[in-house]
Amino acid sequence: MPKLIRPLGTLLALLAIITGIILSAPPSLASTTSPEPTPGATSSAPAEPFQNRISGVLRNADGPVAGVRITATGEGFSGEATTGENGTWSIGVPVQGTYQVEVDVSTFPEGVKLAAGTPNPREVTFVNTSNAAAVFPLGEGIVVQSASFGEIFVERLIAGLSFGLLLALASVGLSLIYGTTGLTNFAHGEMVTVGAVLMFGFSVAGFPVWLAMVLGIALGGAFGWVQDAWLWKPLRRRGTALIPMMIISIGLALAARYTILFNFGGATQQLPGASSPILELGTISISRNTLISLVVSLVVIVLIALLLLKTRLGKATRAVADNPALAAASGIDVDRVIRIVWTVGGVLAALGGILWAYYRPGVTFNMGQQILLLVFAGVILGGLGTVFGALVGSVLVGLFVELSTLWLVADLKYVGALLIMIVVLLFRPQGILGRRERVG
Amino acid sequence: MDFLNIFGNAVGEIVSPTTAAYALASLGLAVHFGFTGLLNFGQAGFMAIGAYGFAIPTLLWDVPFVVGVLIAVVGSVIFALLLGIPTLRLRADYLAIVTIAAAEIIRYVVTTNELTEITGSANGLAAFEGGFYAMNPFPQGTYNFGLTSMNERDIWIRVVAWTLVALCCLLVFLLMRSPWGRILKGIREDENAVRSLGKNVYSYKMQSLIFGGLLGTFAGMIFTLPRGAVQPANYQTELTFFLWTCLLLGGMATVLGPVVGAMIFWVVLSLTQGLLYGAIEAGYITFLTTTQAGQLRYILVGVALMLLMIFRPQGVMGNKKELVFA
Repeated sequence: MPKLIRPLGTLLALLAIITGIILSAPPSLASTTSPEPTPGATSSAPAEPFQNRISGVLRNADGPVAGVRITATGEGFSGEATTGENGTWSIGVPVQGTYQVEVDVSTFPEGVKLAAGTPNPREVTFVNTSNAAAVFPLGEGIVVQSASFGEIFVERLIAGLSFGLLLALASVGLSLIYGTTGLTNFAHGEMVTVGAVLMFGFSVAGFPVWLAMVLGIALGGAFGWVQDAWLWKPLRRRGTALIPMMIISIGLALAARYTILFNFGGATQQLPGASSPILELGTISISRNTLISLVVSLVVIVLIALLLLKTRLGKATRAVADNPALAAASGIDVDRVIRIVWTVGGVLAALGGILWAYYRPGVTFNMGQQILLLVFAGVILGGLGTVFGALVGSVLVGLFVELSTLWLVADLKYVGALLIMIVVLLFRPQGILGRRERVG
Repeated sequence: MDFLNIFGNAVGEIVSPTTAAYALASLGLAVHFGFTGLLNFGQAGFMAIGAYGFAIPTLLWDVPFVVGVLIAVVGSVIFALLLGIPTLRLRADYLAIVTIAAAEIIRYVVTTNELTEITGSANGLAAFEGGFYAMNPFPQGTYNFGLTSMNERDIWIRVVAWTLVALCCLLVFLLMRSPWGRILKGIREDENAVRSLGKNVYSYKMQSLIFGGLLGTFAGMIFTLPRGAVQPANYQTELTFFLWTCLLLGGMATVLGPVVGAMIFWVVLSLTQGLLYGAIEAGYITFLTTTQAGQLRYILVGVALMLLMIFRPQGVMGNKKELVFA
């Protein structure tokens, strides 16, 4: 069917061109155009041969501390770095493992001291990302408090809620697509990545942060629109069955992921404002970005819920999800609804990707793939094809992932969520809000 | 550009142990998907169990080669049972998501720093292949085969790997002609019809899952033995998707399809790499770096997977009538 080859090729070419054009701008621009006071450490650091890095910012009450030597040893490797003018430092390491990071106290400027109780050297462990942070609080008289269990619990709870809601952004889109077309879309992770990568590209190209974000989200929606227009709709027309479509989405995911890698590179980049201040709310401390992310995703999800429940379009969407043939018979333009669902799914995934980039923090070519299974877990937990189930399931997964770190080592936190998904399938395969008939 | 060398390398890929491992693991997928209709996206997990199940006891307790293999086999059977119990009663896409999740769970567990003593975390394990090469009957030396030359270890692993592939192909061929295989194909075509004939569909699906998983487990061992090392990064979901590409290239409901598919996959990968790298080094291509050329090949794999599925779902050798989906 030659009718399909052209759009397919155009789709991939377009993806390549968009990311290519945006990312060809010199990355050094990022630090000059960024309105935030502390640009990401990686954008100002020189290129290093390793993709994994340990980094941090050294600052005391007077501002950043420059010229301090920091060493990292472990996994049969040792490297060192010196903090820059803005206090940032970053050490590239060959593998993700555990490292001993030590501040050379003799290189401190006059009057600078490590806060009492700070372990030095301290142990740093990578948690499934290519970036690990090491924090060394400075300042005389500052005592590092060990927070009580209750405080840590509340902090994890807020972080988990924030993480769960950003997962929900992606999973609501996935669930809508599944509900209306029956497709289990394995390329949804790449729709998440595209948002963050495009926002990074636009901000590097000199756009203001808000515009870069809007453009990233808009193009994420365009990616969804284009996918449906040039790939999925022609396939539906051909009567392609669901399992082949699922495998096609895997092919698309591979092609898209490596297209992004091709243009973006394997390094971890930071969005402007990625190193946000820690806010103190009473006794608990939470990063500002985590709170903003929580509010943004909550507002967007409420909007989507209102859209689905109150508007004609939402009603049409639910009708198509329920029974496409009957919806078509009662005068609903099914193809138009599906197109809108893909576009909205793309927008939500792109927004989720940007929030995920702030949450981790960092933009990488495979960041979407990393949460794809958690998104699936959320969708299955709530019930495949139910939008509100996806929301509830994702929040539960997010909470579970963050709260499990209270008992589980951090690099196993995703395992718990995936296990929960399998256990839920064992006892309630239709999910929390699913209907029994949906299960084969 | 040294075309002779590039082609020599590509031809060498046909018999390389990695190709054999891919062929064997794809054959397992053929049993799962092509013959039974089970969507297993966790074959990388079965391969990881083969590799770690063999390497860990060998290093930890210094068990003989055969015992190591047996432990891996038992591990694989247990893994298949754990996977099958919650999912085989459900629709196909649930199995897909659960298998992919289970494979990732295995990868996270062997990567965690908590278990560094046992699994070596991100660095993996090495130096466990001694028992295998101690059985090598080929005398030490260099053997010439026209375009390439090999040492006695290269020959030994190739002979073992391809003998295993041949035996497994024969076994699958015989099994699929047997009444047992007919029931599997019946489940693929119409589960309810088979159930109405009084067969326990759940049990047959489980047997198929275990059998195909075992092929993946053996593939995992063959994959690691020539490397002499096992690293978690090798067992990501991409591996499973490459295996699927091999399977769909060759033909999903055929015995020799996965083998041919794996050979085509690796020859094409090797050829494109050789030609691209050669062209870059010779200065014919200036807009690509060698890293990007490597990534370009995987974009092509993804596109190939899509195009195959859209335009020739039966693969090179398959019969369109035997597709799981019409």
